[in-house]
Amino acid sequence: MILLIDLCYREDSLSRDEFVGPVERLLRRSGAPFFTRHYTAVGAPELEAADAVILCGTALMDTGYTEHPELFRWLLSFERPVLGISSGMRALAAAFGAGTEPCCEIGMADVEVLAPDPLFDGQEGFPAYQLHEYAVQVPDTFVSLAASDQCVQAIRHRSLPLYGFLFHPEARNEWILERFLGLVTPVTGRSG
Amino acid sequence: MKLGVLFSGGKDSIFACWKAMQQEEVVCLITVVSKNPESYMFHTPNIRLAALQAEAAELPLVEVETAGEKEEELLDLKRALLAAREQYGIEGVVTGAILSIYQAARVQRVCRELDLWCFNPLWNADQEAYMEELIDAGFKVVIAGVFSCPFDASWLGREIDRRTLDELREIARKYRVTLTGEGGELETFVVDAPFFAQRIAIEEASKTYRNYNGVLRIERAGLVAK
Repeated sequence: MILLIDLCYREDSLSRDEFVGPVERLLRRSGAPFFTRHYTAVGAPELEAADAVILCGTALMDTGYTEHPELFRWLLSFERPVLGISSGMRALAAAFGAGTEPCCEIGMADVEVLAPDPLFDGQEGFPAYQLHEYAVQVPDTFVSLAASDQCVQAIRHRSLPLYGFLFHPEARNEWILERFLGLVTPVTGRSG
Repeated sequence: MKLGVLFSGGKDSIFACWKAMQQEEVVCLITVVSKNPESYMFHTPNIRLAALQAEAAELPLVEVETAGEKEEELLDLKRALLAAREQYGIEGVVTGAILSIYQAARVQRVCRELDLWCFNPLWNADQEAYMEELIDAGFKVVIAGVFSCPFDASWLGREIDRRTLDELREIARKYRVTLTGEGGELETFVVDAPFFAQRIAIEEASKTYRNYNGVLRIERAGLVAK
């Protein structure tokens, strides 16, 4: 079961259809079971039930989630696949102690793959949809996987399947999300 | 949150408005009237009737004209949003963008410059589900422009009901067109919406059509009780 986390300014907000809805539709099409929760409503039962987590993006003006770092500390010990999209990448990097720097990209931008990874296998680069005002600094325990000419676009934890993408794969690059789904092992196959 | 809706009079912007009304406070509609029929951002055949639609919805309309030059249009959009902020205190903007990154990114940039929130409730929507919801919710939408094969003149003025949607579905399958017309294949005009206090009656309209390009120009229209 995949836990999809809505980072928007409130539960069932007007931004939900824009940032959570497209990811939900892709999961539905892929036949991947999932449930969605607002970031303020994620607790031990939700995390226990999750084989993987996707943290969705938010509107440019929507940074309310950054005011609640305590709600993302579970990322430090989750250890199963995580994908943070745009604002989700920021939340993931912040949990691992990294800050941000101003970097505004809106619209399509070319992304160059910098390091080998199963999610980008066979790709040297691709155009991707951007909607962010900040880039994240790469936490010490992460590596950079891809970059635009402005900033780092994708990171992965050095030893865990924790990913952050600054671009929005749900718009124009659904194949990357599908590859991420390939990393997910159902709960029945998980030890402990 | 007080929002202004970027409004063309077509189904996408009016549906987005309806979605916004369910979550936030829509305080005005905003229309950029382009004099350039080739405008990438704002042209639509019956944009002048946005005022009548605004009246039907009992919402104020902020209307700004643009010469429709490619990048100048963005300055005009900015002017419109500034006027909406000044007159109605908008804190954010709603658009009916579905797939067009060209349009969506431009509006996002202007909103960012003005510190306004930007909402695109139809972004990447499932086109099938959207069209179904549009009809189920009681929107009355007529086809006001066709710009693609295989649409002939008989499509102009047709209401998008279940039967029309079935035909559109078939066409979308056979030809390289989107079901919603988002690719520019169709323009629409909304005559009724769930939040309209009155509906629009088209009293006189003329058609111009040639080589899969046609427009229904609404010459005269009025409001009638629902």
